[in-house]
Amino acid sequence: MALKGRKKPKNMQNGEIIVLDNVVKSYNSGSPALNGVSLRIKKGEFVFIVGDSGSGKSTLIKLLLKELSPTSGDIYVNNIYLNSLKHRQVPKYRRNLGVVFQDFRLLKDRNVFENVAFAQRIVQTPTRIIKRNVPAILAIVGLAGKYKQRPNELSGGEQQRVALARALINKPPILLCDEPTGNLDPKNTWEIMKLLEQINKRGTTILVVTHNREIVNEMQKRVITMKKGVIVSDEEKGGYIDED
Amino acid sequence: MRISTFFYTFRQGIRNIFRNAWFSLASIATISSCLLLFGIFYSVVANFQHMLYEIEAGVAVTVFFDEGLSDEEKQNIGVLISDRKEVESVKFISADEAWESFKNEYLGEYSEGFTENPLEDSESYEIYMKDISLQSSLVAYLETVPGIRTVNSSQKTAEALTGANKLVSYISLGIIGMLLAVSIFLISNTVTIGISVRREEINIMKYIGATDFFVRAPFVIEGLIIGLIGAAIPLGVVYSIYINAMDMILSRFNELGSILAFLSVDEIFSILVPVSLGIGAGIGFIGSFVTVRKHLRV
Repeated sequence: MALKGRKKPKNMQNGEIIVLDNVVKSYNSGSPALNGVSLRIKKGEFVFIVGDSGSGKSTLIKLLLKELSPTSGDIYVNNIYLNSLKHRQVPKYRRNLGVVFQDFRLLKDRNVFENVAFAQRIVQTPTRIIKRNVPAILAIVGLAGKYKQRPNELSGGEQQRVALARALINKPPILLCDEPTGNLDPKNTWEIMKLLEQINKRGTTILVVTHNREIVNEMQKRVITMKKGVIVSDEEKGGYIDED
Repeated sequence: MRISTFFYTFRQGIRNIFRNAWFSLASIATISSCLLLFGIFYSVVANFQHMLYEIEAGVAVTVFFDEGLSDEEKQNIGVLISDRKEVESVKFISADEAWESFKNEYLGEYSEGFTENPLEDSESYEIYMKDISLQSSLVAYLETVPGIRTVNSSQKTAEALTGANKLVSYISLGIIGMLLAVSIFLISNTVTIGISVRREEINIMKYIGATDFFVRAPFVIEGLIIGLIGAAIPLGVVYSIYINAMDMILSRFNELGSILAFLSVDEIFSILVPVSLGIGAGIGFIGSFVTVRKHLRV
């Protein structure tokens, strides 16, 4: 079933998968969290979004997840116009996105297999196909032998791999990562980033919100820097810009 | 929905009960306590109303005929009365039966002096009603029927019984209403606490694209099962209490057996079982459905 609310913007170009057009998001009090943000991301890009606390990164992710709606401006993701999406259409839309969080957000009372399989269960994938797909994706993230373990029996890096496997199993065109290495040591941080790079090479568009200066500078990807709700810099093969 | 999804959802609902064993036990205990009170109260009230009904059924309106009325005319009056919707049964009392009854009740050995039946013109119909509160309207009707000389009724008895019936009904409704309100409050609180603990789980499901139905269904199944178990336990307890209480009353107070007409276990449980299971399932369903809804706006 196609999602209603699709409307291709007049100035949306082929190959673009995320478009924000002059987006403002205000909460009840204080200055806007996002203040006129315009952004275009092409299919298959790997983009870092950096900025200090309060710069609007989290609000941006919430808008892309359709957890929030913009106060003004338009948002298009994978050719879906988010502004007109109804509550009941949101689950289907979110299946276009894989999401990875800093705190992993795994179901603690289910084992690795069930955590990953859960993403397939919600799209009503038959069990025999789930049994084929889950081991395959666990092998890709390097957890083939740990499918019976519970999240609390895994290291932080392993938990993030499970989250990554869950995010990828439905083959979403976009992967949103909100501080994916925030709880990891340097070794695991690099392993996760290498995994993300491999996934990106297979065609998945990746947005990584991060504070980690080292990985941003090292990986030489597109870097969008935000400050107080506006984009202050957008560089191909950019680096982490210090606040001061 | 795929069959595999249905069974998955059902299994998750059952697993949730065991995953959150303490919460499940607390919910079952809450529902059981409320429905136990409800079951005991219902049994007492149903029996009380049954006894009132039995007393009502023994109260009759009596009509006497005009002098010289033929048997056919009396029969026609009988048919007219029987056709009334408020009438349960009509019994013809012949003059001889009336005299026999009078002699036995009031005269005893002094009746020997009578050689003829002094109640020759006292043939009558005894009319038993379905609902004694309608007695005054029936009496008003009977007084208009040609051929009827006198209508005897005990308005005070009818009013007292009707009043007692109404009082019992109002008190029962009030207490049952309060019990249900307290049950719903306690249960929704228990469910709210249980689901708040799992708010993170609901959020995760929503972030990865689960529909409201998919998130809600296991909780609703869990609520339904908890509600049904919570209803089944007090039914068993009330059953045991009822049987033992009947045995005890009827064996220790033999003389009450002829006065008190208790409802059978089957009669009580033919109502109590579906109502209790319905309330248990309904509270479990509504409680979980409404409480999960609060957390679905992610």
